[in-house]
Amino acid sequence: MATVEINTTEKKDAGNGNQTFKVIGQRVVRPDGVDKVTGRAQYGADVKFAGMLYGKVLRSPHAHARIKSIDTSAAEKLPGVRAVVTGADFVPAADKIERTGEGSINLNYLSLNLMAQEKALYHGHVIAAVAATSIHVAEEALGLIKVEYELLPPVLDVLEAMKSEGATILLPNLRMSEAGEKGDTPTNIAAHEQFQRGDLDKGFAEADVIVEREFVTGTVHQGYIEPQNATALWNTDGQITIWSSTQSAWDVRREVSEMVHVPISSVRVIPMEIGGGFGGKLNSYLESLAVALSRKAGHKPVKMTMSRDEVLKATGPTSASVIRVKMGAKKDGTLTAAQAWLAFEAGAFPGSSINAAMQVIFAPYKLANVLIDGYDVVVNKPAAKAYRAPGGTNAAFASETVVDELAEKVGLDPIEFRRRNAAVEGTRRPDGPVYERIGLIETLDAAEQHPHFDAALPAPSAAHLKVGRGVACGMWMNWDGKSSQSATVNPDGTVSYLEGSTDIGGLRASLAMMLAETLGVRYEDVKPMMGDTQTLGFNDATGGSRSTYGSGMVAHMLGKKITAEMAARAAELWEVKPEEVTVQGDVYSAGDKSITFKELAGKLDELGGPLSVSASADTKGATPAFGTHIVDVEVDVETGKVQILRYTATQDVGRAIHPSYVEGQIQGGVAQGIGWGLNEEYYYDKDGHLLNASFLDYRIPTALDLPMIDAVIVEVPNPNHPFGVKGVGEVPIVPPAAAVANAIYHATGARMTVLPMKPGNVLKALGKI
Amino acid sequence: MTNTSMSKVPVTANINGEDVTFLCEPRQSLLEVLRDVIGLTGAKEGCNNGNCGACSVIMSKDPAGNGVLVNSCLVLGVEASGAKITTVEGIAPADGLHTIQRVFLEGAALQCGICTPGFIVASKALLDKNPHPTEHEVRNWLAGNLCRCTGYDKIIRAVLDAADEMSKEKDRG
Repeated sequence: MATVEINTTEKKDAGNGNQTFKVIGQRVVRPDGVDKVTGRAQYGADVKFAGMLYGKVLRSPHAHARIKSIDTSAAEKLPGVRAVVTGADFVPAADKIERTGEGSINLNYLSLNLMAQEKALYHGHVIAAVAATSIHVAEEALGLIKVEYELLPPVLDVLEAMKSEGATILLPNLRMSEAGEKGDTPTNIAAHEQFQRGDLDKGFAEADVIVEREFVTGTVHQGYIEPQNATALWNTDGQITIWSSTQSAWDVRREVSEMVHVPISSVRVIPMEIGGGFGGKLNSYLESLAVALSRKAGHKPVKMTMSRDEVLKATGPTSASVIRVKMGAKKDGTLTAAQAWLAFEAGAFPGSSINAAMQVIFAPYKLANVLIDGYDVVVNKPAAKAYRAPGGTNAAFASETVVDELAEKVGLDPIEFRRRNAAVEGTRRPDGPVYERIGLIETLDAAEQHPHFDAALPAPSAAHLKVGRGVACGMWMNWDGKSSQSATVNPDGTVSYLEGSTDIGGLRASLAMMLAETLGVRYEDVKPMMGDTQTLGFNDATGGSRSTYGSGMVAHMLGKKITAEMAARAAELWEVKPEEVTVQGDVYSAGDKSITFKELAGKLDELGGPLSVSASADTKGATPAFGTHIVDVEVDVETGKVQILRYTATQDVGRAIHPSYVEGQIQGGVAQGIGWGLNEEYYYDKDGHLLNASFLDYRIPTALDLPMIDAVIVEVPNPNHPFGVKGVGEVPIVPPAAAVANAIYHATGARMTVLPMKPGNVLKALGKI
Repeated sequence: MTNTSMSKVPVTANINGEDVTFLCEPRQSLLEVLRDVIGLTGAKEGCNNGNCGACSVIMSKDPAGNGVLVNSCLVLGVEASGAKITTVEGIAPADGLHTIQRVFLEGAALQCGICTPGFIVASKALLDKNPHPTEHEVRNWLAGNLCRCTGYDKIIRAVLDAADEMSKEKDRG
């Protein structure tokens, strides 16, 4: 074999930014693009098979109720109905915690969320499911299922749920876990976590200025445009195949195997094109129901798609929260102490993003004295799921508002105040990790140098309009994780490339670019495709901003393996020792002989035959990334409406593999952060009914609500990655709500402490209502 | 009231330039007919109540073919009788992509792509009517199409770029 270094943590030149690239950094067209602009791309809901049945779900009309009886007999008699399943058809999974999706989950809770057993725990909880010959028949059948409920009082507020006396208990077996111990009394508090360092009292005693505030944030949804869907066939040989819209095919395989109690080898999950996820499609919902219906209906394929109403009522919203922040600073701007108390709604089952929020909340700053307490609390709302930088937006809304107030009180501009306290390489985050090379200061510099920072604010066009500018920072930890891929070299010199990370926004292109760069070939000569759970080894979810990092690292490994194999074939061609072959770009040489990758590919047939390689790795070395945002707003102080006038987002991305897709991630994250900041919120009535389960009433930003979003790419390469990549997708949703709140303050003098900052909340903050 | 044996109605419409006759139940939407009966799955269902625009098609009952942008989820299949309908599958010429499609791709105006068919169709309807829209006009027209991935920036730029290119193509004849 030729000597080609294969090392997942190859450092080379990545850290000094001196690498030169042929493919990386180009704005190439994605391989799946033509199908997506012509309507040919196959998303989950586009699947159709002969004899396929359509499944629909009966959901609880109550937020909290005991299920006394379910009578499905009339539904089963309806012509066209082929199967009905209820809790009686499922044996709940064992009470054990497993890693799946982006975190850990108790499989018992997961199974109780997919199909209610004794109790319905939120408005929209699954009670039964039907498969029929048409979707309309299935919907009619739902109306024939008779369910007798005993209504229980709902718990809809996190502080109410935490009361030690008098709170209605959702899960009778739940005990609070705290410092590795379990409590001994029933509670709605699933966990209390704490990060502590230094001497808080001493820190606050050293402060010249202290700011303390309480923040309240509402429940919001990921809002992907494609509803959840799954088509399943439980074949007569026991083999289950699932076509699904998922961020994590291998996690769906694991979850289904636990829900229907079959080995993972009996389940094949084929990920279809996916219409957005943002964390909401990390775990399964419909898959196990479709599988159970398929068997019961006589091993027929069953397709299930959610309506928008179901998506909003029953899939992962992200946590509402109450957050208290107290921070102190000296006159020169040095932060002396910081304390936070966070309570997150987990929905009906434990598992909010509280821990991530605790990691994010003070992450940008050097802090010697810090205390962070977090609570994971169950309430009668859908089980909270990850939403892009889960917990980060609400956490940063609280801390970055307090930081803005401190900066103003000590008389420093918001960038300078942050720079004086900015975390750098070697700074220890409050939750423990010591930062490697990070780029926070570089994003602050980029923001300060951007024309936006010093530009005059536009003059308001009327007396009731006030304009202001706000700044905020944000961090996300990023993830690396496991990836598996394979490739084969074709006789025409192209490379067929199979990868397994869900591609939601251009990943196939970015991975093909990294493989092409490694091989020294053209981007167009790498032909990427998505694999599935039967064609590739394990891949972690596309989540945690990991795929371009971790799967990119495996693409590089795969390329190095192909190069080594090609060099060995060249040695065979020239009858030299493999170590005599050197490789420069796509040219293989030994002595005075040389051959290109493409020419050599054409000779493989006589040089040992087909060339295929695979690579798998548990990648390491992801590093956190930071962003600094600047926003100008116009506030109508008569109506409370806030208009975004201008937005600039700087972000350290490590290395932009495809700059347009990096910009797109930043712009999309900002837009979601603005939506969370200004409009988005679940409305429940006092009985726990969700009142705004449509895109008309749960209003996400439209094209008319936003300006252009200037995404400024800052590259501080990650030395742990062969191309310097850092995760990009999640950072940009962290700062926007805080930046907008700070801008509203600078426009009006009113501090915003409630999300969303809808007109009514702005008028309240202004003291007008 | 259950009605599982609802009788089907024959409907003839011109879809993407071809006359198509299909059988549909009176309760089926045009979106359901396109996707489930005819097999044109380019139009997507994001909400099924006219909020998201992912199912946008251009529909005309006018022989001159002046189409109107509609949410196909809000039109009944039977209402398509005699209509001329353009879906995303009917936008591209036989030998390539429409300028709007090409510019969307080159400008990275899509991420997950689920809203893209609706945006392409809606943008076509806009540029047919108003070949030189301002940024505000584009934003206003496309406010009925929701995208959760892009923040709209690159979509708006793509439509403005497409307008420029189409106008140059027209000048060149």
